[in-house]
Amino acid sequence: MSRIEGSGGGRRRVLQLKFVPDEEVLKHIADDTGIKVRKDKPQPSINLKRFVKKLENISDDEAQEILEEKNYVATLGICAQDPMGNGTSVSGGEVYSFQTPKRSSKMAELASELAHTPEQSVASDHSKGPEKTAKTPQSSTMFLLLMRVFSLLLQSKKKEFVSTTPYRLRKRLAAPDSYLESESEYSASCSEEEDEEDQQEVSTVLSGQKTPAKTKAASTPPPRNSLAKKNKEKMSNLVEEYFEAHSSSKVLTSDRTLQKLQKRRLSQETLHDLLKKAPLAYAAEIKELNQQHESLFSKWMLQLHLGFNIVLYGLGSKRDLLEKFRMSLLQDSVHLVVNGYFPSITVRSILNSITEEVLDHIGTFRSPLDQLEFITKRFKEDSSLELYVLIHNLDSQMLRGERSQQILAQLSSLPCVYLIASIDHINAPLMWDQAKLSLYNWLWYETTTFSPYVEETSYENSLLVQQSGSLALSSLTHVLRSLTPNARGIFRLLAQYQLEKKDNPSYPGLSFQDFYQQCREAFLVNSDLTLRAQLTEFRDHKLIRTKRGADGVEYLLIPVDNNTLTSFLENQDEDV
Amino acid sequence: KVQEDLNKQLLDNLVSFLSRAHSEFQEKTTEWTCRMKFREIPTAALVLGVNVTDHDLTFRSLSDFLQNNITPYIALLEAKDCPGIKNLMQKLMGQLMNCYVDVDSLEDEDYVYVSQNRIRCSMSSLIKWYESVTKKTDSETPSKKRTSSSTHWQSPPVVVIFKDMESFTTKVLQDFIVISSQHIHELPLVLIFGIATSPMIIHRLLPHSVSSLLCIELFQSLSCKDHLSTIIDKLLLTTQFPFKLGGKVLQVLINIFLYHDFSVQNFIKGFQLCIVEHFYSQPLSVLCCQLVDLQKRINSLSHDQCENIRRLPSFRRYVEEQESGKQIALLTTDNFLKEETQKLLEDLHVYHENYVSVLRCLHVFTSSLPKYPLGKQIRELHCACLENQVWETEEYESSLQLARMLNKSDLVTMLQQCVEILLSSSGKEFDKTVERLKKFLTQFQSLEAEAFQEQDVSVSSQKELQKKTDLYHLQKTLLELKESRRSKKLTKFEMLRFEVVDFIDSLVRKYLVPADHRTLHEILYFNTAAVLRGHLNAAPRTALHTALNNPHWYLKNQALKCDGGSISNKAPDICIVYKLHLECGRLINLVDWLEAFSTVVMAGEEPKADMASSDQMDDIIHARFIRAVSELELLGFIKPSKQKTDHVARLTWGGC
Repeated sequence: MSRIEGSGGGRRRVLQLKFVPDEEVLKHIADDTGIKVRKDKPQPSINLKRFVKKLENISDDEAQEILEEKNYVATLGICAQDPMGNGTSVSGGEVYSFQTPKRSSKMAELASELAHTPEQSVASDHSKGPEKTAKTPQSSTMFLLLMRVFSLLLQSKKKEFVSTTPYRLRKRLAAPDSYLESESEYSASCSEEEDEEDQQEVSTVLSGQKTPAKTKAASTPPPRNSLAKKNKEKMSNLVEEYFEAHSSSKVLTSDRTLQKLQKRRLSQETLHDLLKKAPLAYAAEIKELNQQHESLFSKWMLQLHLGFNIVLYGLGSKRDLLEKFRMSLLQDSVHLVVNGYFPSITVRSILNSITEEVLDHIGTFRSPLDQLEFITKRFKEDSSLELYVLIHNLDSQMLRGERSQQILAQLSSLPCVYLIASIDHINAPLMWDQAKLSLYNWLWYETTTFSPYVEETSYENSLLVQQSGSLALSSLTHVLRSLTPNARGIFRLLAQYQLEKKDNPSYPGLSFQDFYQQCREAFLVNSDLTLRAQLTEFRDHKLIRTKRGADGVEYLLIPVDNNTLTSFLENQDEDV
Repeated sequence: KVQEDLNKQLLDNLVSFLSRAHSEFQEKTTEWTCRMKFREIPTAALVLGVNVTDHDLTFRSLSDFLQNNITPYIALLEAKDCPGIKNLMQKLMGQLMNCYVDVDSLEDEDYVYVSQNRIRCSMSSLIKWYESVTKKTDSETPSKKRTSSSTHWQSPPVVVIFKDMESFTTKVLQDFIVISSQHIHELPLVLIFGIATSPMIIHRLLPHSVSSLLCIELFQSLSCKDHLSTIIDKLLLTTQFPFKLGGKVLQVLINIFLYHDFSVQNFIKGFQLCIVEHFYSQPLSVLCCQLVDLQKRINSLSHDQCENIRRLPSFRRYVEEQESGKQIALLTTDNFLKEETQKLLEDLHVYHENYVSVLRCLHVFTSSLPKYPLGKQIRELHCACLENQVWETEEYESSLQLARMLNKSDLVTMLQQCVEILLSSSGKEFDKTVERLKKFLTQFQSLEAEAFQEQDVSVSSQKELQKKTDLYHLQKTLLELKESRRSKKLTKFEMLRFEVVDFIDSLVRKYLVPADHRTLHEILYFNTAAVLRGHLNAAPRTALHTALNNPHWYLKNQALKCDGGSISNKAPDICIVYKLHLECGRLINLVDWLEAFSTVVMAGEEPKADMASSDQMDDIIHARFIRAVSELELLGFIKPSKQKTDHVARLTWGGC
């Protein structure tokens, strides 16, 4: 008991920690919740704070405070209920609270469930299901689970199985021969836990069904004093679960990899092409949304001129929207578009383009701060100077740093610089502290567009997209072209050898001695020293990498993937 | 346009108000600094409170003030400019020399410009510079200087202001203080620390050996709440500005202030936004102007605008109350409507005048009651009155009851205050009220004589009490006293007190009618709190959450409609992928994810029989999955992980 009190009360001021017998606390809870109006959100920390206050004998002042707090929550509530206050009736706790760690099979389950749900009747059946099954004995839950797995099997059209279904169940279900393969996909570490997991499976299904019931109970006005207790229980549970999920280094996911999926990785272009073929869902609705946003353009303009800056948030790419804004209203004025998502953008480049393009200043600055000072001075001197700055993705990797945000904020606070920016990351508002916020002087606009982030994600090194390697290839050919024919031959030899060994995943590279031998045989070098000199040159151009093996032998490796290497060799052949 | 002109004018007024509010206490502090310098105390610690964003303005006006009255040599330093002692010195020198240029600009520009970049930034060079400057001012034709800077002293001190002391690195501060303390004889340095938290911070940042070099005087600025009160007082509770805030809007603004940032500037910003929104969205806001212009503007109203007036809900209510002949006239004749509007708006102005003064009177009464049932500040009272009919609330009941128990001296002073307020107000209807109140006052005075007599009686009874000392009799007499008091008829004083309270009550009922009961209030009042909250206190995370969980909210398509937490398989890809990833733990296997995704999507699509295209379909689904996943990565829900091949790590915990 005392532990929880301490953690709950520490927020506002230093509190006494007392050891209190449980009965007493319960008593307090009982009359405490009796007196006070409960908030509709389950917020354990505030509850706890109140208990502690009660223990300390609330003075009038504190009562006042609580009153105010209630007031605040009440007004929040009012606004949430406002017809205009759109989807925001989602309480904060619901949005990102703790969560019970779920086994990965839940995903497959949900998938099958979703696949089933187009008919409304099934959906309602499912939503009713939990409450029933939570009470029914375990065997029937097992049955339900089996049913789900069956349906899943029937559903998935490929021969492969969703690997995360419990091992034993699969064994029972499986037609023996077709599964040998998929079973082999399981690593030893996974199968050790099968037993345990099998049990957990049932229990997670149970608990997973309990939790919605619990949250439902929390949202409806419940019997009062029991809820407080439940909340507390729930919180400590959640905390434990959180740490449980994060403490174990073992991850309970299947070991399958994309390589075994027999699917080539898509390159950027093919990805583009494929996506072009896929029709954009709900185009009409999205267009309607966009038109709504576009009707705000003139308002934005007015507000920009009145000294506010505008930030757009919400799901979907806001690039097109901003582009449209630019095209329609900013044609005749000086404006600067910053593509924040571009991976090599820096504040310095933004400032440079302002000083060089807008202010026509030639010369360099020692630091961004100096540059900013210069810009400030120029803008103050010449009041007719106006500049619109559009920043796509103000929260991108490169711009989210403290210093760059500070500089941008200062820039935006200039009276003749109008900033309109978009943010996407869920934690983007954390970039700004009070001082920056007041410099930015934001007006927030929700512009959910649902349009795909085509440009924004194209620079990301997604795991799934194959790196095209075209850059590496061109650099290879360029460097090689400047070398002597002998040197080219040496490199070619190494490349060919590496390609021959491409099926060996543990290929360490070609040892120096072997390489020397081969080079001699091809009449490419005449001494150990010339080869070494050649290799040093390669290394300087980052064409090869050397590393020492366990036995002290030097191994040589070309750090380029095989496809690039093949095409490089083909190119070479063509040249010759 | 007319609207924008009005906007500008209002904004200017706002800014001047703020600076005036600031300068009030600055004058006080600067006086202190002057005195401080006579006593040769080098440091002033200015405790400014947590509203950091407002400090900028304060410091700016402070330095302006100092510059005008005390010394031309002022440097404002901010922590972010001074990561090291070298940068600090550079900044300091730069600013001081610039000041110098400002004061006597033309004479020796070359000297300054050369020095600014070349001089090695050290204390000794600073001193040299200072000596040369002061010598020059002494030796060179003093007559010219004296006229311009007569208020400056012979050797004006150099004032260095540290804007945000807490964020300076301790090392830099210590070094600077130690160095400058060694040169204090040659260079009369004065430091000013801006402190946001508490004065204790100085001792925490600086060790004793350093802080002992300082002689610190503490200055407390007014708290931000006081600023807010002044601003509300001057902006909202005047009849000067026709624009008014509705109850909910004011509540939102005050809440943001009290629970989020304590920033007066942000409050002003919100107010500005209200004005902009009002004039932008309400077509009839043309009429929101000073009474002087009203006639002209009403006459220039077009037919459409008249229709707009007729459409206002409050105006409709008004029309329905009129008799039928007038109703028709109002609804059909534009000219008659204009006349009527003119009259109604004038009424509204009169109502405001009365409202403010009566509100202040009521505030005088309620602010001294125990436990403050209607709030300590006038803004709380104002909110309550705007929200609904205040006399119907419980708090009002209880405060009236408490008011009936006030003692006489309090009551008399309150009444006097009320009389003053009403006299100073410009309302014309208050003559009678004032008379009435004055009558009350004289009655109280006449009561005093009688009160003396009563006192005699009570004193005598007390004497009796003193005679009999044993417990039994004491109890008996006390009981008797109680009995008699209960049975006794109300004294004249009590009668009078009731009368006063009832009178106040009648005033409240007459004048403090909430604004939205008045006709045509829409023209002057801004009431859409939701818009304001959306722009100032947005919740981007909630918006994302809604879009991902419930796309139907944005995309009005029947197929997306779903109940509860579930989501249909026709939802946009990113929603499906998001939903699936919620089911996972810390790490997510991409293969499983992809599979689950394709299961869902395939079920959603119409089954196509031909097998030839299925491979292509597969690829397209694969591509869609890739896009959705990289979008989630951009949004910050996942990131690639190296713990296991082909896994991504989940970054959020939560969701249902």
